[in-house]
Amino acid sequence: MFLLRIFRLVGILLAVSFATFSMVSLLPGDTVDSVLGANASQADRLQARHDLHLDQALPIRYGHWLADAVQGDLGRSYRTRQPVVEALGQRVGVTLELVLLSQFLALALAVPMAVLSAIRPGSWFDRLFNGAQLAMLATPGFLVALALFTVFSVKLGWFATAGFVPFSDSPFGNVKSLLLPSIALALEQVAMYSRVLRADLITTLDENYIWTARAKGLTNSQIVRRHALRPSSLGLVTLAGVTMGRMIGGTVLVEYIFALPGLGRFTIDAINNRDFIALQGAVVVLTVGFVVVNMFVDVLHRVLDPRIRIA
Amino acid sequence: MNHGATARHAADSTPIIEGVERRRFGVAVWSSIIWIGLVSLAAVLAGVLPLYDPSDTRAGIPLSVPTSRNWLGTDELGRDLLSRTIYGARVSLVVGLSAVLLSTVVGGMLGLMAGFYRKRFESITLFFADVLLAFPSLLLAVSIVAFSNSRGVATVVMAIALLYLGPTVRIVRALTLSTANREFVTAAEALGATPRRIIFRELMPNVMPALLSMAMVAVAGAMIAEGGLAYLNLSVAPPSPTWGAMMAAGKAKVDRSLYPVLVPAGAMFLTVLAITLIGDYIQGHQQRGGGAI
Repeated sequence: MFLLRIFRLVGILLAVSFATFSMVSLLPGDTVDSVLGANASQADRLQARHDLHLDQALPIRYGHWLADAVQGDLGRSYRTRQPVVEALGQRVGVTLELVLLSQFLALALAVPMAVLSAIRPGSWFDRLFNGAQLAMLATPGFLVALALFTVFSVKLGWFATAGFVPFSDSPFGNVKSLLLPSIALALEQVAMYSRVLRADLITTLDENYIWTARAKGLTNSQIVRRHALRPSSLGLVTLAGVTMGRMIGGTVLVEYIFALPGLGRFTIDAINNRDFIALQGAVVVLTVGFVVVNMFVDVLHRVLDPRIRIA
Repeated sequence: MNHGATARHAADSTPIIEGVERRRFGVAVWSSIIWIGLVSLAAVLAGVLPLYDPSDTRAGIPLSVPTSRNWLGTDELGRDLLSRTIYGARVSLVVGLSAVLLSTVVGGMLGLMAGFYRKRFESITLFFADVLLAFPSLLLAVSIVAFSNSRGVATVVMAIALLYLGPTVRIVRALTLSTANREFVTAAEALGATPRRIIFRELMPNVMPALLSMAMVAVAGAMIAEGGLAYLNLSVAPPSPTWGAMMAAGKAKVDRSLYPVLVPAGAMFLTVLAITLIGDYIQGHQQRGGGAI
């Protein structure tokens, strides 16, 4: 069963990388022109054609590319001459930090909201949170990002309008440069997280052992912390995992708005520079990362919930 | 049938709470419907309405605040923001609706067939759905528009429709599977109904309600996706104004005037919120009436 999953996963990865690869080849116009410009000499053009394997058929080219790719060579950017793997390596940290910080913020907001709602379903704060969550669900992250940027970076000037501070330079500056984009990304998740946890908590809080705990005279906060939260967290853990996977490609807009040198920004720059080798590498790496994270979440889910393991 | 179940449900629960809930929802849903109606009407009638040309740079002083001449202000080139936002609604609505329509029809059909015929057709369809699902969402649309090198409405619609194709196929297939096991389908088969008849007359009506309410939510998502693409300059090309492109252009000048960002962002926020509220309402009703079907 597990082997079958791996087999299927490899199939999907191959199909995804081939689809990406073909898309580049289906481009109208000559790739060499967009790489070298229209004024290049004939010899340079032929050399470039050969370097890019453009003189060969598509499946063979894909074979070459795949053989290089599995050895960790995604080619060199035609624009900067930097190896694509190295360029991606420099940027992956920013995106990862962004994803982790935003997940931390999202959970820090969602868990208390869900607990307060679940203790008294239908109360005024449950309804208030429900309304707020509906609004959050309907607000695209990049609108929040734009609003935060406008208010806090431009109008109030509390944050820089562009740029990223590496953690090694200044830990405080690092968090500060990522705070607004993380909030924008987090608000998109809060509603979903909180709704899932609330629903699970309400179910758990009706279990017999919770009534026993109540009968023992435990307070609501003790019941939630000691007995209810853990068995109810499964749905949330899964959702958070899936979301983190999805965010690998979902930080593009926010990185773009806040001018952060992450993977998303790299992808858009590659598109704007018509740097196809870099673009192809970036898309494949992001997609592979996404698929692998999803697979990992699936496995984690099985570990957490014994019922699924048996089935 | 449906009516009886709803009435019984109302009798079961406390009448006061039921009434309060209905009235609260009523206002939100009604204002949503009115807003969507207004936006659609303005988008359809944009050519007839007494608006400035959306590309006219002499509509007002650049970056002006709302005045009696330019009701919502002007952008950095002196173009009228109200006019540009209304013309932008055309792109947003057309792309949002047609992308979801395309993915719902194609994905719905594939999902129904996969759930009914099973076997090889099912595994091949699901494999392609999984490949589509394997791309991080916005990245797929970004790559398609970037790679196809065209900025036509059709390209953007295709790119966004592909985002929803995978999930639609998967959900419709799952719904079909659970329906295909029920007695009335077996009865139809025993009576000698053709596969086509079973798919269209027995399975489809049972899959439809869930599919439609999903499509409703997807329209909001598709409009957000279009906005994102447009913000990255990867949606319908200028001169047609799009909300996303307006925001991107406005962001550069946001220190001097808020309106070029605020107006399209507000239009998008309200429209997406309205669609989400209506979708939420429909879904809530379906869950309540679900037992009666």
